[in-house]
Amino acid sequence: MSQTLTTPDLSTLTVGEVVASREFALTRDSLVRYAGASGDFNPIHYRDEVAVSVGLPGVLAHGMLTMGLAVQPVVDWAGDPARVVDYQVRFTRPVLVDGATGANVTVTAKVGALDVEAQIARIDLTVTFNDQTVLGKAQARVSLAAVAVA
Amino acid sequence: MNPELKGRVFPPVPPYLVGREKVREFSRAVFATNPINHDPEAARAAGHADVVAPPTFAVVVQEATLAQLLAEPDAGIDFTRVVHGDQRFTYSRPIVAGDELTATLSVSSIKTLGGHAMVTAESRVVDARGAHVVTAISTLVVRGDE
Repeated sequence: MSQTLTTPDLSTLTVGEVVASREFALTRDSLVRYAGASGDFNPIHYRDEVAVSVGLPGVLAHGMLTMGLAVQPVVDWAGDPARVVDYQVRFTRPVLVDGATGANVTVTAKVGALDVEAQIARIDLTVTFNDQTVLGKAQARVSLAAVAVA
Repeated sequence: MNPELKGRVFPPVPPYLVGREKVREFSRAVFATNPINHDPEAARAAGHADVVAPPTFAVVVQEATLAQLLAEPDAGIDFTRVVHGDQRFTYSRPIVAGDELTATLSVSSIKTLGGHAMVTAESRVVDARGAHVVTAISTLVVRGDE
């Protein structure tokens, strides 16, 4: 992993600072695309009648799709997907994806903690849909070291 | 759920060969637009052997191991009641196209909470040389009767 001009300098970061934010417009197409790419063909992610039959209010986004997209603003900030060395979330609320209007998911990425010794920034994600958070304890550890730590 | 599952280690699943087009397809699906996810030249310029998979790609490799757990005859897990509670990926190095990855699942904890059962399973993923690449940890919640 090379140090590029786009790699943030850990020494300039402060805890609480917003480093990235982005809004994602999900549609049913997004869910079908994720189903195919991931191999998760649970029909609650594309069939209304199946979702309703198991007591859900409607078709939901895959939790792993929400997790997968939520880290992308961090990847782009860090400059290289390989810099994300650890990533965790808790799935707290579903993202309902309306067949006609879809769903907007908003991601805000803030510096949660800085480990100067290891050159690792913990980036905390706030991920919301309909003004409610959908992920809890969403944290990415990002290596900002000049050379990859193997 | 069977509490004796705790500590159980499953046989490794057959190796998963990471294809470049699969990495691109998965990247598109999670809105990953970084050139290092798509363009081998950009990836090489950044020091990688080939395109780099997004951080959550390991779930594709992990999936076969979770299927083993759900299919375990004495596990007592009704998969129609399973909800994904938590997920974590801890990398030693990124996954790149061309990797041949082997995943081994072990059950690290079983808990019961208010009628629900929670199982935490760790899938340790190694490359063709046996070196650690990533550990994927999932907590699955099995809902009790409502």
